[in-house]
Amino acid sequence: MFKAKYFFLLPALLTLVAIILFPLLFTVRVSFSSWDVYQAGLDYIGGKNYLRVFEDVRFWESFARLSLMSFISVTLQYVLGFALALAVWKQVRGGRTLRVIFLIPMMTTPVVMSVIWRTIFHESLGPANDLLGVIGIDAVPWLSSSTGAFVSVLIVEVWQWTPFMFLLLFAGLVSLPREPYLAAAIDGASAWKTFWQVTFPLMGPISIGAIIIRLIEASKIMDTVYVLTSGGPGTATETPSYYIYIRGLRDFQVGYSAALSLIYLVVMIVTLTLIAKFFTRLLNGKEVG
Amino acid sequence: MTRLYHIIKYVFLITWSLFVVFPFLWALSTSFKDANAITSGARYLPWVEFKPSTIGWSSLFAGDSQGINIIDPFINSAQVTLIAAFISLVLGTLAAYGLSRYKFRAGFVKNSDITFFFISQRVMPPIVLAIPFFLMLKEINALDSILGLVIVYIALLLPIAVWVMIDFFESIPRELDEMAMIDGCTPVGAFFRVILPNSIAGLVVAGMFCLIFGWNDFFFAFILTFTETQLLPVAIVSLNSSVTPWWSLSAFALISVTPLALVAIFVERFMARGTLAGAVR
Repeated sequence: MFKAKYFFLLPALLTLVAIILFPLLFTVRVSFSSWDVYQAGLDYIGGKNYLRVFEDVRFWESFARLSLMSFISVTLQYVLGFALALAVWKQVRGGRTLRVIFLIPMMTTPVVMSVIWRTIFHESLGPANDLLGVIGIDAVPWLSSSTGAFVSVLIVEVWQWTPFMFLLLFAGLVSLPREPYLAAAIDGASAWKTFWQVTFPLMGPISIGAIIIRLIEASKIMDTVYVLTSGGPGTATETPSYYIYIRGLRDFQVGYSAALSLIYLVVMIVTLTLIAKFFTRLLNGKEVG
Repeated sequence: MTRLYHIIKYVFLITWSLFVVFPFLWALSTSFKDANAITSGARYLPWVEFKPSTIGWSSLFAGDSQGINIIDPFINSAQVTLIAAFISLVLGTLAAYGLSRYKFRAGFVKNSDITFFFISQRVMPPIVLAIPFFLMLKEINALDSILGLVIVYIALLLPIAVWVMIDFFESIPRELDEMAMIDGCTPVGAFFRVILPNSIAGLVVAGMFCLIFGWNDFFFAFILTFTETQLLPVAIVSLNSSVTPWWSLSAFALISVTPLALVAIFVERFMARGTLAGAVR
């Protein structure tokens, strides 16, 4: 008898393996070849590409930049998303409308909105500088200076993805048990105290889940950068994804970009696993203490 | 004290709402401008600060003479997203149910490893797979086609569907399956007759996430299509890199983000009910 369980699992599993397996194996194989504009083919050059990766300063700089970018943007998203979720958690006037508005950015296409943001950050014709002018601040070179471009990318990332944090954290707040709050109310705890001693610890697991998901997505930042700054000025906003894109699909160094992307993947998996472990330990420690 | 807190809260909510809405209002205003209204610096209010014009909107539907075509990319985007989301949802739901109800074992591979394999695909940066996907689709003659994109998008969306649905099925008591089977259903029959009708909420949430990530993907569509099968995000980026006036870009952008912005209304409904909470953990 054909077992029912295979009817459930196999279609999806085989489909995914069929789609993913070849590209992954191919990337591994091609990373040991010298495939580029001049020589399209699978020769074997050993680990030369990998040695080159370790000496590629521009690549490692893009990693440092990505870490800083993800750290700042995910922190801001978490703090703002949590604050928003708390603010509309209890009865607020127009709560439903506000919640819909807060969600909209994550539904919109990053590249499409980046096209709009480009016009907003336009130095002489855009509203960003115009509005700053109203409150007496000098025009900011948004996309033409290193810091300006970096901040622009951060603003767009925070605008786009705070809603995602808000969504998860609000869903978490709604499903919290009531008893701890009753207990806190009986003890006469202040709102401030209730938050730090009841809400925040209870929200621990969901916060960690949300932060990890956002870090995973942030590690792939590329679309926004591509449209907003093209990695520039210079390499001021270049992320690993974007750098690999340039090496692989602009310079057509297929072999080298394969080595870059595998190293990128491994570093990403190791880093994210360590961060996840760290958070889990933090959480468990807190529950004991 | 409470009053101060309330003032801070409402100031925060209003400021954030303005920040969120601003790009849309700016795009809306810009889409009704003409060259004069744009080159004279930032203007916001039509009639008050500039004379509105409809060239932005009419340029999108003027046909190929203007070089801007929004209808075909829109249909392509809708086709690819809907087909890929549907297939991913069907396959993902079946797999999630299997993983939540049965034990699988192959050597050292257990259920949790299979689940991890599905979900870990989300960690994969698109750039890692871009070139091999390109060569693979070239090999099967599916470059620059709906079929090719659907294949790639299934790999993108299937993990999301599995991830949401596994958590959802875990929250449905097993007694429900058992009762159906005592009543004479086969395992497959129990799933279709009893479990599936009770999973609408989970299916809607998973479906929405598939639609969001499918509709909003840019990179794969950008690498794997040229001119035949342009999707909306690719179309607007190529307009952006040619000299396309702001009014056309803005109108184009608004049309391409509107369908999913409407989805926010549904998401809010499920979020408030707490249906999403399970899906998050």
